[in-house]
Amino acid sequence: MEDTKKIRVLIAKPGLDGHDRGAKVIARALRDSGMEVIYTGLRQTPEQIVETAIQEDVNVIGLSILSGAHNFLLPKVIQLLKEKNAEDILVISGGVIPEEDILGLKEAGIAEVFTPGTPTSEIIDFIKTHVK
Amino acid sequence: MSDKNSLEKLRKEKTLWEETKLRKILEKHPERFEKFYTNSNIEVEPVYTELNVQDLDYLNDLGFPGEYPYTRGVQPNMYRGKLWTMRQYAGFGTAEESNQRYKFLLSQGQSGLSVAFDLPTQIGYDSDHPLSRGEVGKVGVAIDSLKDMEILFDGIPLDKVSTSMTINAPASVLLSMYIAVAEKQGVAPDKLSGTIQNDILKEYVARGTYIFPPSPSMRLITNIFEFCSKNMPKWNTISISGYHIREAGATAVQEVAFTLADGIAYVEAAINAGLSVDEFAPRLSFFFNAHNDLLEEVAKFRAARRLWAKIMKERFYAKDPRSMMLRFHTQTGGSTLTAQQPDNNIIRVTIQALAAVLGGTQSLHTNSRDEALALPSEDSVRIALRTQQIIAYESGVTETVDPLAGSYYIEYLTNTIEQKAREYIDKIDKLGGAVKAIEKGFMQQEIQDSAYRYQMEIESGRRIVVGVNKFQIEEEPPKGLLKVDPEVGRTQEIKLKELKSSRDNLAVREALKELHSQAKTDANLMPVILKCVKCYCTLGEICDTLRKVFGEYKASITI
Repeated sequence: MEDTKKIRVLIAKPGLDGHDRGAKVIARALRDSGMEVIYTGLRQTPEQIVETAIQEDVNVIGLSILSGAHNFLLPKVIQLLKEKNAEDILVISGGVIPEEDILGLKEAGIAEVFTPGTPTSEIIDFIKTHVK
Repeated sequence: MSDKNSLEKLRKEKTLWEETKLRKILEKHPERFEKFYTNSNIEVEPVYTELNVQDLDYLNDLGFPGEYPYTRGVQPNMYRGKLWTMRQYAGFGTAEESNQRYKFLLSQGQSGLSVAFDLPTQIGYDSDHPLSRGEVGKVGVAIDSLKDMEILFDGIPLDKVSTSMTINAPASVLLSMYIAVAEKQGVAPDKLSGTIQNDILKEYVARGTYIFPPSPSMRLITNIFEFCSKNMPKWNTISISGYHIREAGATAVQEVAFTLADGIAYVEAAINAGLSVDEFAPRLSFFFNAHNDLLEEVAKFRAARRLWAKIMKERFYAKDPRSMMLRFHTQTGGSTLTAQQPDNNIIRVTIQALAAVLGGTQSLHTNSRDEALALPSEDSVRIALRTQQIIAYESGVTETVDPLAGSYYIEYLTNTIEQKAREYIDKIDKLGGAVKAIEKGFMQQEIQDSAYRYQMEIESGRRIVVGVNKFQIEEEPPKGLLKVDPEVGRTQEIKLKELKSSRDNLAVREALKELHSQAKTDANLMPVILKCVKCYCTLGEICDTLRKVFGEYKASITI
């Protein structure tokens, strides 16, 4: 009946780390599950990520980070989204993120943190459940 | 090569065995899978015999250790003479903290240093650059100027240890800093031994810490080749790396193929810059990964050695045997470590380290069990180092050279990996060489396809990762993980401020001006970079000067 719009996802690599195997695997898995996926490439500042997300009108931002700079960079993305009145965008993240940092990131507004070993199907389900 | 009649007899006997014995058991108990594959997707048969390696010619294909084509190793007696160098990659926080870690490692019996730099250093930004925020001291030590480097090696005699530095885009700057520190210790450049990674091509393909576009990057690399051939005869001028290519998802075959294709590009660049092959090729070194598929990994190292020897002899007409010897460092596979049940990683690392030793590595880093979670703690690093020491002193595999040679399966795999790698190299040649292939995204796409296939195999359950998709348990979050002091960034910023107010800023400006003008010519930039470093220009100032002349690399994005 109604035209179900495809979920649009921005996969982004904040900071300087160049490990994007995970980002690319996730991007492809989300695409194969029927979502529209944009990948930013490496070395994106929080400002660039938020700008792209708004321009591309995405429902979800997936932040992949393995450099250890997550406590600085991820809350910054959330803060900028709020400033741009775009906090309806679901923000999730993945990478090498220690357990003890996860609570703080969630308090800052990251909806979920997926650590190494998470099946892509779990991430797909999470997005489908949480994007209205 | 085998006798025709005996082979014929063997073939008949094997067919008979397959149709009677094997078939009978298969009818009763089907095998666990319809087909079996190595990690590189090479199909694996139930049993290997002489039939699988019937064309193998001992003298031509294997030879004796220390002789062409070096399949069995680069030294005649390998570990009977000297064990491999045990070299743990380390560095975090400030130069002071890393200096302490190095002294700890040396006190535990480690035989060489391996420096990890933080990401701003690897990308040529000072710690006070806006893009450095949150990254300073995280994945390695922060080095902004010669001052930091002096602290990093304080109390470590550089004529006694060999040092490997994982630095690529700004390799010439960090090498210059190392030379300058040594000079202050009274050690001349020709006494220094060690390695700089200096491999920009795999940065474009897999690791991501590039700065400049390919052409000026290749120039900086050949500048180092030339400088070192004249001044640093014991220095490895490059470490052509398959490690990160494998970590990004490549198979063992792709690891060999893309690494050697990059190697070919460096040799060609140096020859085009006017160097003769035997002038620089003996100082080329390699860096490979070791994953869990033990026998395929051993075969991979042997195949890589043989293929490189042939390439150097047949394609580049090298005469010096040292130009044909593929010497390599190995690191166990970071991407094989699991965050779940991290102690299991000790076992994985043991298998991988064993593969490297059975494959004839020259040096080895063993990963620590907690590396899927954080930087390794001191306890974890000690276990990792002990793993190497147990293999070296207790396992017995070091007492004879290349002990798996002659195994039908190992020789079959060695042949197959070499052949498949060669097919890839031919394809890359047709695309115009490694640089062109990278610009077209060819290697990146191949690697991503493998990475995706691997992930899907895990999710379908075809591939088992213990503790991840089978044998899971409920776990408490691990304790005692190493945390980098979040104040490192501020400490470095203060140090930079102090440096800039105490150094001779006139000399700095002059040196940077000279660098700028020489970058526009085709001069060898090493001497002027050394000059900049010695008057305490910062890494960021030097790289920014070069950015102005060379521009920056823009990656093509493939998913």
